[in-house]
Amino acid sequence: MESIVQNIQGVPLNHYILFCSIIFAIGVTGVLIRRNVIIIMMSVELMLNSVNLLLTAFSVHNGDPAGQVFVFFIMALAAAEVAVGLAIIVMVYRNTRSVDINALNRLRG
Amino acid sequence: MSAIITLSLLAILVLYLGLFKARNALLPVSLLGLVTTLVMYAVQWGIDANPLYSGMVLFDHFAVAFSVLCVLLTALVLLLSKDYFDKASPHVAEYYALILFSLTGAVLVVSFHNLAMLFIGIEIMSVALYILAGIRKKDFASNEAALKYFLMGAFSTGFLLFGIALLYGASGSFDLAAIKQYVVSNPHAISPLFYAGILLLIVGLAFKVGAAPFHFWTPDVYDGAPILVTVFMATVVKTAAFAGFLRLFYFCFVPLQDFWMPVLLVMTIITLFIGNITAIVQQSVKRMLAYSSISHAGYLLFAIVAIGPASGESVLFYAGAYSLSTIIAFGALILVKRATGSEHFEAFNGLAKRNPYLSLAIVIAMLSLAGIPLTAGFIGKFMMFSGVLADYQILLVVLAVINAAMGIFYYFRVIVAMYFRPIDRDQVVVSSQYKAVFLLAALITLLLGVYPAWLTGLI
Repeated sequence: MESIVQNIQGVPLNHYILFCSIIFAIGVTGVLIRRNVIIIMMSVELMLNSVNLLLTAFSVHNGDPAGQVFVFFIMALAAAEVAVGLAIIVMVYRNTRSVDINALNRLRG
Repeated sequence: MSAIITLSLLAILVLYLGLFKARNALLPVSLLGLVTTLVMYAVQWGIDANPLYSGMVLFDHFAVAFSVLCVLLTALVLLLSKDYFDKASPHVAEYYALILFSLTGAVLVVSFHNLAMLFIGIEIMSVALYILAGIRKKDFASNEAALKYFLMGAFSTGFLLFGIALLYGASGSFDLAAIKQYVVSNPHAISPLFYAGILLLIVGLAFKVGAAPFHFWTPDVYDGAPILVTVFMATVVKTAAFAGFLRLFYFCFVPLQDFWMPVLLVMTIITLFIGNITAIVQQSVKRMLAYSSISHAGYLLFAIVAIGPASGESVLFYAGAYSLSTIIAFGALILVKRATGSEHFEAFNGLAKRNPYLSLAIVIAMLSLAGIPLTAGFIGKFMMFSGVLADYQILLVVLAVINAAMGIFYYFRVIVAMYFRPIDRDQVVVSSQYKAVFLLAALITLLLGVYPAWLTGLI
């Protein structure tokens, strides 16, 4: 157990930055190319969670707890946002019977 | 701080009033609460500002001036909503409460002194607005606007947060003073993370203010949302988002201007052209105003391109002038739409004959939006242009003047329709609250156009 913790502490900061950037990029790509609203929301969550991981890594690296506190703020507000978002999706689904973003094209011009 | 606490308690109180079916008390209680908030800000004005709560918020003159502007604009919007939302939804208390919650977020955004507060403020402001945009549950356009706004808002929050995380990684703090200290003390050894963070923050904030190339959600959301929610988004939210944008850049990033200024310059020019050219071809007044709000975001970006001590007051003036005119324009659109059922330019035909005073108010609003002298809009544009000229951005000013000319074309289409297309039509009924709002907004627009010194020099 002790050696696992030491191994984790030995991971350099750059790896975390790279890893989080890749997850973030996957999230952005998901939002841009997927058409299902639920999947888009999952991609947004992926973006937010990559930020959480990055903040935690920086926080530990700097020995400053503020970053980890910020993670709690992000979690709480992301939960609030998802609650509202799911309600909006249910409302749209009741009217259109679809969660496909292509069904939403009435506003044009 | 007491003002922010008052606002959030007021919103909860309004929710309870809705629960106890005290429908007629909603508007008076909300307005009373807003007036109380204003008094609290007025008391705070002269006091020396220090960061409160471990550097979380700072109520300097900048913060207080923008907060007062946001509260005043919200009061005008609430006055317009008396007979608008009673028809739209039986749950009218939620509407008032959500507007007040959103205002609380806006006030936090203009007075943050820590990136955590910027994030929380933007989220409080936006989450309430996602619901407001979709408050007409059966209306398809409203649904679509809410979903688009939600997806784009959450997406842009991701960029904002990644930017904040990178700034934190480089500077080791979320506090604006500490970040500034980091920038000033190592001018030649700033981490590349910090530069990437600035770029991501620009992306996130440009989404929020609706600047090109991140503007594509704006017309659809402004068009689909109920008109009064659109007014709130185009005035209070836009003003607060710009104030937050400016505050962050003015506090922290001025020494790095050579890095981010060209990016913002290109964005400004694209925003101006996209907003104005697309506004010209619109047939619906609501969509025209949505695109014109994009072009006004371009003019407001001037203050950040030519960042300096005067930027605060030019954004305050421009945002105030633009918001007052927008409230008149959209308020008139509500009345005309109620009378004719249409949002097109033709719906304004011959309005001047039957409603001369209403038409006069619309003319003042359109002149101010177009930036004609003797209105507040002209002084706002003048302050923006002279700030940029002092920075030797000649090309930007030339392009902006071309765009101002394009703006005159589509704003004057409304005036032409009202005065030179006579048709027989019934008189549009204007209730007393609408009259009061139009009178107040038009008077302030004219007064500020003639005596701008009242507002300049505040910050």
